[in-house]
Amino acid sequence: MSVGVHIPTNMLYLDNVTVSFDGFKALNALSLVVAPGELRAIIGPNGAGKTTMMDVITGKLRPDSGTVFFRDSIDLTQFDEADVANLGIGRKFQKPTVIESLTVEQNLDLAMAGNRGVFKTLFFKQSTEQYERISEIVSLIGLIEKRSDIAGSLSHGQKQWLEIGMLIIQEPELLLVDEPAAGMTDQETELTAQLLKDISGERSVVVVEHDMEFIKALDCHVTVLHEGHQLAEGSLAHVQQDERVIEVYLGR
Amino acid sequence: MNITQGHWWRSDRGGQWLITVIAVVTVMVPVLNLVVPEDSVFHLSTYAVSLLGKYLCYALLALAVDLIWGYAGILSLGHGAFFALGGYAIGMYMMRQIGERGVYGNADLPDFMVFLNWSELPWYWLGFDNFSFALLMVLVAPAILAFVFGWLAFRSRVTGVYFSIISQALTYALMLAFFRNDMGFGGNNGLTDFKDLLGYSLQLDSTKNALFVCSGLALIGGYILCRYVVSSKLGRVLVSIRDAESRTRFVGYRVEHYKLFVFVLSAMLAGIAGALYVPQVGIINPGEFSPINSIEIIIWVAVGGRGYLFGAVIGAVLVNYGKTYFTGAFPEIWLFFLGGLFVVSTLFLPQGVVGLVKKRTIKRQGDGHAKKEALPETDGHTSSKEVSS
Ligand SMILES: Nc1ncnc2c1ncn2[C@@H]1O[C@H](COP(=O)(O)OP(=O)(O)OP(=O)(O)O)[C@@H](O)[C@H]1O
Ligand SMILES: [Mg+2]
Repeated sequence: MSVGVHIPTNMLYLDNVTVSFDGFKALNALSLVVAPGELRAIIGPNGAGKTTMMDVITGKLRPDSGTVFFRDSIDLTQFDEADVANLGIGRKFQKPTVIESLTVEQNLDLAMAGNRGVFKTLFFKQSTEQYERISEIVSLIGLIEKRSDIAGSLSHGQKQWLEIGMLIIQEPELLLVDEPAAGMTDQETELTAQLLKDISGERSVVVVEHDMEFIKALDCHVTVLHEGHQLAEGSLAHVQQDERVIEVYLGR
Repeated sequence: MNITQGHWWRSDRGGQWLITVIAVVTVMVPVLNLVVPEDSVFHLSTYAVSLLGKYLCYALLALAVDLIWGYAGILSLGHGAFFALGGYAIGMYMMRQIGERGVYGNADLPDFMVFLNWSELPWYWLGFDNFSFALLMVLVAPAILAFVFGWLAFRSRVTGVYFSIISQALTYALMLAFFRNDMGFGGNNGLTDFKDLLGYSLQLDSTKNALFVCSGLALIGGYILCRYVVSSKLGRVLVSIRDAESRTRFVGYRVEHYKLFVFVLSAMLAGIAGALYVPQVGIINPGEFSPINSIEIIIWVAVGGRGYLFGAVIGAVLVNYGKTYFTGAFPEIWLFFLGGLFVVSTLFLPQGVVGLVKKRTIKRQGDGHAKKEALPETDGHTSSKEVSS
């Protein structure tokens, strides 16, 4: 899955990215740089363009203008969703989407890093290492008991965790995580923050979230988006004191 | 053993039942027809043998449709086209077998070409004197059509009802094309008056029984193949595409390749079904491309239960038995009955006959908390507690 062994200067580099829907600019000259191993939180009011930004990075949307580079030199605007995933970018959606009619284990097996070719999957045989990898992940996401259960029978929070598990087992170099704490209890939220912190370092993680407690727990650089543009960037304490941020987001 | 290779075969109780029944039928029908004396009450008429053979072909066709609809969510309303192409391929071979025995006694040209004053065989009829070539075409012709059509549709991400509509248009266009005399496939009369297959007269009871046995074996083979596919990891990718197509792309699967694979495979199975059907009914004409036929297949699958494979087989046999009965007893109400059946099964039996039986079984076992699922998983019965070594 890895594109090369060398460590790039920037894991993700967005410059001047604009996306418009019928004239409405969902992203307006957005620039963002994420370093290798960095954990970055993105906050911003509803409709700020956070999800749209992820759509652009993962090949779902083509920007009208601007550049999007992964690992310094890979132009992501040239690729579609499957390519981007195979380049090493994983995504968790705002609305948890696990495959409800498959078991927890089968969901993880599906997401596990490996050859995605048609005939390779037709004749795929799971190795012991792969089985154990799944065991590690189910225990990491607290679903050991649920391993053979249909994913559709999980609670909302458990689905979120399963999706995070799917993201981890995919072994991406960059994880885009959209509102992971939605629908979670305080304790689950805390665990999720810890988990994401643990993952970063080895990988870059970009987290979108509204929950300020969660952002605080992440204890990382924060980017504030507003109307498709970066409003402020820095530590949480720093952006919380920014007048414009208070005005458009925090103050309300 | 683990989830992926699993007990893909052992856990399929419905399939084991089905195959046992088909195997018994495949053996017993020829015995009852050929061995049991005609005056015995157990004797089965030759007419019944061919009728049952037809049902088996329909069952294979339904299986092919369930593979794509039940597991990958591709609702093709044009699958009759692949069935018809397989039928035409074998029909062309049987036309060539007629040789000098046609009405015009022309060894080089089928009757309808003589009638059209054609002087030589069109290039696309070359090779059909050869049985192996014809068999190859039974697979290749549907496969090529499915590949080209599927490649265009899936690459452009045509899904859902739009896909259904263009697949319907495809079979309709083919029907119009095959109706034309200058296409060289016998126009609206199609291909008929077949004499023999591989030198065996189609009139003989033994040939009819042999065709019946072949249909039974093809259905068993088709079932095992489909079961293998849906139980593999590829099968779970298909389910994932069915339930969350976009999500599947973000995990890195090239959805269009998977759809294309299963669509082409399904088209080839449909082609085989058509090739077994035509010698048993003695004719293939453009009516087989009719959109109504393709819609009927969907009804069979819906009635039997989508997404179980064996449900499709049960549905095809039940509905066609009903059709035989009704078109004999009350021919004018058959279509109303068919339409009503579809409405009833979608409204009250979303999982078809199989779903009904499953529900009953669960109730009987006193297990009240049956899980409510839109569709069954591919192989949820596999135990995952064991590790392969
Ligand atoms: N496909 C689309 N067509 C038209 N407008 C869209 C489309 N997708 C997003 N938008 C608009 O773009 C803006 C940004 O949406 P986006 O989903 O990126 O916001 P967000 O920051 O993720 O918000 P939230 O916090 O509610 O998830 C919104 O005003 C939204 O209505
Ligand atoms: Mg969003």
